[in-house]
Amino acid sequence: MESVGKLYGFYDPDEMRAIFKKRTKKMVNKTTTLKDAVSKYLKDGDYIAAGNSAIERTPVAALMELIRQVRKNDLKHLKYGAIGGSPLPSVLAFMSGCFEECDISYGMALEALGISKMARRCFETGKVKVTEWSNGTLAWRVKAAAMGLSFIPARSILGTDTFKYSAAKEIKCPFTGKTYAAIPAVYPDIVFIHVHAADKYGNSFIKGTTLVDVELAEASKTVIVTTERLVPTEFFRDDPLRTTIPFYLVDAVVEVPYGAHPGGMPYEYHMDVDFLKNMLKAAQNEDTYEKFIKKYILDCENFEDFLQLTGGLEKMRKLRQKVLHIDAE
Amino acid sequence: MSEYNAMELMICVAARMFEDGASVSVGTGVPCAAAALAQKLYAPNLLIMFEVGGVAPLLPSMPISIGDSNTVYKAIQTVSMPKIMEMNQRGLVDYAFLGGAQIDMYGNINSTVIGNHDKPKVRFPGSGGANDFASFAWRSVILAPHSARRFTNDIDYITTPGYLTGPGAREEAGLPANTGPYKVITNLAVMGFDEKTKRMKLESVHPGVTVDDVIKNTGFELIIEEPIGKTEPPTEEELKILREEVDPFRVVISRSAE
Repeated sequence: MESVGKLYGFYDPDEMRAIFKKRTKKMVNKTTTLKDAVSKYLKDGDYIAAGNSAIERTPVAALMELIRQVRKNDLKHLKYGAIGGSPLPSVLAFMSGCFEECDISYGMALEALGISKMARRCFETGKVKVTEWSNGTLAWRVKAAAMGLSFIPARSILGTDTFKYSAAKEIKCPFTGKTYAAIPAVYPDIVFIHVHAADKYGNSFIKGTTLVDVELAEASKTVIVTTERLVPTEFFRDDPLRTTIPFYLVDAVVEVPYGAHPGGMPYEYHMDVDFLKNMLKAAQNEDTYEKFIKKYILDCENFEDFLQLTGGLEKMRKLRQKVLHIDAE
Repeated sequence: MSEYNAMELMICVAARMFEDGASVSVGTGVPCAAAALAQKLYAPNLLIMFEVGGVAPLLPSMPISIGDSNTVYKAIQTVSMPKIMEMNQRGLVDYAFLGGAQIDMYGNINSTVIGNHDKPKVRFPGSGGANDFASFAWRSVILAPHSARRFTNDIDYITTPGYLTGPGAREEAGLPANTGPYKVITNLAVMGFDEKTKRMKLESVHPGVTVDDVIKNTGFELIIEEPIGKTEPPTEEELKILREEVDPFRVVISRSAE
């Protein structure tokens, strides 16, 4: 079977070695603001990815800043990699109208909460071009890049239309003669990752599932970390297993408490189910959705403004009790 | 006999399938409820994992998302998506659950588009982990509402492999040997797959459902060999545990199964 999907974010590994060679390995202060981090690195045509654990630990604050800057500066030809299923990030990305092309394994829906009609319409009108993958093969594209390779063999998607509309190729295993799918590497231009704790150099700690975030940090040209809190470097030196993502992969660190809201943050705060339901409701038609985007994203100067709009500290306190299974009412 | 709805019946039927010590990749909804019920009643050592990375949690109630806090509550391990998928590829996962908008007689599933791929009439979320799970799990189980529109051979797009074009097709495509769809559980019946032809075969009809009802609601020819069994209705114990312990907030069991 031959595939017909367009190959995005692919580079010869030697080209990427030359790019990675230039990375600074110095422990320097990388703290900045989201506004500055996004404007420093984002450009026309970039391939963007967002770390996440489904609707949890999504870099919402960073994606909202990205949407503000794309709209304001009219950036073009952006590509989105819906890596790791990416329910909440992909709904934000596609509903915002910022992206023209994408890799997708799962997108435009918030799982059991439902589908975003506006995100879905991007595909039904043909406005967003899409290359298909499964969650496994799209994750392995990132892993291939993290390994410094141009592809990785896999045994899924074979024989299906998921293969046909992907950019994989069939190969024969030189040892067993079996047919494998060669899954091409993807090297994103920018990845946004939200973590539980980071120091000013970019050493980052994630508690709980990591989805594809570690591999994304290894594979991407630019890594922008938002963190619930800044911590001293001793937090990592005392127990190096806490270093989920090391400083030498990270370009910018921004302290954004509650930066995954209205998604959840494992062990920190629960997802805001009411707000997410309202978001999907607003996405039923263009008018209500444009109003929603304007109110909650474009007219907000920064993420603190958005937090105030959704209920502020009082709301976050309740969501924290919910994740800890505390009934204080 | 107590009253129950079709969703509760499907969950109870699915829960009875697991042997103790089996492993299962689950998503949210019915599969998750079935696995949790099985763990409480029939298979205490059922190893439950979520593709986002939650392994062996003590589910306090039904998750909304495959990554939400419930999926890692008191988990033994939290890993990455590549790790879960590689566990599947290595052959460590016994069961997977699948759903879809269209399902054909070989158990191939469409969850991507209705119509043309590049400008579809209807776009769905896509494969997610379904293609990987169906490629790798030793047994995959399809859960879906039963209708002639859904169970059709005019499938627009194969997102997830069943037996593809029939006997031997999976192996020829390169998929691991001895894998494939095992059961199909709907609101009307339980179906399996014929050993020789790999086509869908009626096994049992649910209480109050006739074989004719099933035929009318299936868009392709089902293999029907007498005698057809009767699905055992949910027991009092199953319903009690399901309602009080597995899904106390009725996140899953209040949904429509049609």
